Amino acid sequence: MIDFEYTAPTHLDAAIKQLAATGEKAQVLAGGTDIIVQLQEGHRSAELVVDIKKIPELTQFEYCDGEELKLGAGVTCQQIYDDPKVAAAFPALTDAVRIIGGWQIQSRASVGGNLCNSSPAADSIAPLIAYNALAHIAGPNGRRTVPVDQFCTAPGRNILEDGELLVTLTLPRQGPFNGSAYQRFIPRNEMDIAVAGAGSWVRLDESGNHIKDAKIVLSAVAPIPVIAEEASQWLIGKAVSEANFAEAGELARRAASPIDDMRGTAEYRTHLVGVLTRRTLAKACERVQQGSSKVL
Amino acid sequence: MKTHVTTTINGESVEFLCQPRQSLLEVLRDELSLTGCKEGCNNGNCGACTVMLNGSPVDSCLVLAVEAEEATIETIEGVADKGHLHPLQQCFLEGAALQCGICTPGFIMAAKALLEKNPQPTEEEIRFGLAGNLCRCTGYDKIVRAVQAAAELQKESVS
Repeated sequence: MIDFEYTAPTHLDAAIKQLAATGEKAQVLAGGTDIIVQLQEGHRSAELVVDIKKIPELTQFEYCDGEELKLGAGVTCQQIYDDPKVAAAFPALTDAVRIIGGWQIQSRASVGGNLCNSSPAADSIAPLIAYNALAHIAGPNGRRTVPVDQFCTAPGRNILEDGELLVTLTLPRQGPFNGSAYQRFIPRNEMDIAVAGAGSWVRLDESGNHIKDAKIVLSAVAPIPVIAEEASQWLIGKAVSEANFAEAGELARRAASPIDDMRGTAEYRTHLVGVLTRRTLAKACERVQQGSSKVL
Repeated sequence: MKTHVTTTINGESVEFLCQPRQSLLEVLRDELSLTGCKEGCNNGNCGACTVMLNGSPVDSCLVLAVEAEEATIETIEGVADKGHLHPLQQCFLEGAALQCGICTPGFIMAAKALLEKNPQPTEEEIRFGLAGNLCRCTGYDKIVRAVQAAAELQKESVS
């Protein structure tokens, strides 16, 4: 690895000043599970590495029943999946963080970092988008807030400008009778990168038999995570049934524009979108019906 | 420029100098001679370099040594208690849960973390908990059995 300077500021303002002064030659370090490998293997370079884990705002992790979930950009996957309240209210996020690498990765990797790394195959971004999460950014020109579905722009690229830093993510309360799930397909049981993934969120009516609202988000089948808009809209008013989940899966395939690569062909990935959409919808509805998704 | 780092390793206060680019793995092995921690892939896939950092298992190849300032670290060298093997070490030996042995320190560290969090894990929980460690010799079966045996041994010693 090429030499760089390291700093671990304890205030957000100090971090932004250092990032702004160093511009594109600065890299942000949260859990390091992507950036350290990228620096070691020469995919990225840095003159200054800014470790954000000592900044209180970036490590805050607050959730009270009925409130929004506030996730500092440095909060680790392990912190999230160890929290039963988050698992009850945002189970698709828990599904995702449990399968990002093994335990050694989960104890370091953050959801904020997963978002900023902006891989098309990132597991946690689809759930964030399904929950209408917001990304709160600070930079030399002040603060701004962007919906997570507008954050990624291309593989490995996002809207952050030089000197800007992701500070927190907020996940709004999801309201009554909601359920959600995230699944991905990989050739082994764990420790791999998604061939394709799907996160589904639904709101059912009081009887639990009809879908009032739905949002399906796909990963690893386009340059950025994509919302399967047509499938999501089609589900509104439909009965909770395997046939309808399968039809939504068929519609979701149209939102995918995958590539062929070593993990799978475009045809295979498109097929997987149908399967994963169907399965995550079924799981999401099951969670509402069993009451395992917290009714807020 | 080298940075001065103060840390606690296996219960002892340790100070070292390192370059910001150096990984914790590099410093443990090359500066502090704690060579039980192995370099396998050096990119977070194999888990051979697993150590405990502030109570959580991490791949030390994916930690910068400068991040260890004021941290508490436990390595394989700190697992045996004054020459007495830890139940996991005992069960790995007795169950022949290793062949070449390169992955073993990482497996012991991850399995120890698992048993501390979940003293009686199911086979599935063991396999899931050890997913971040790769072994190319054993086929994992004997490793899983050794962890189950160690869990039993610990249960007996408690009761």
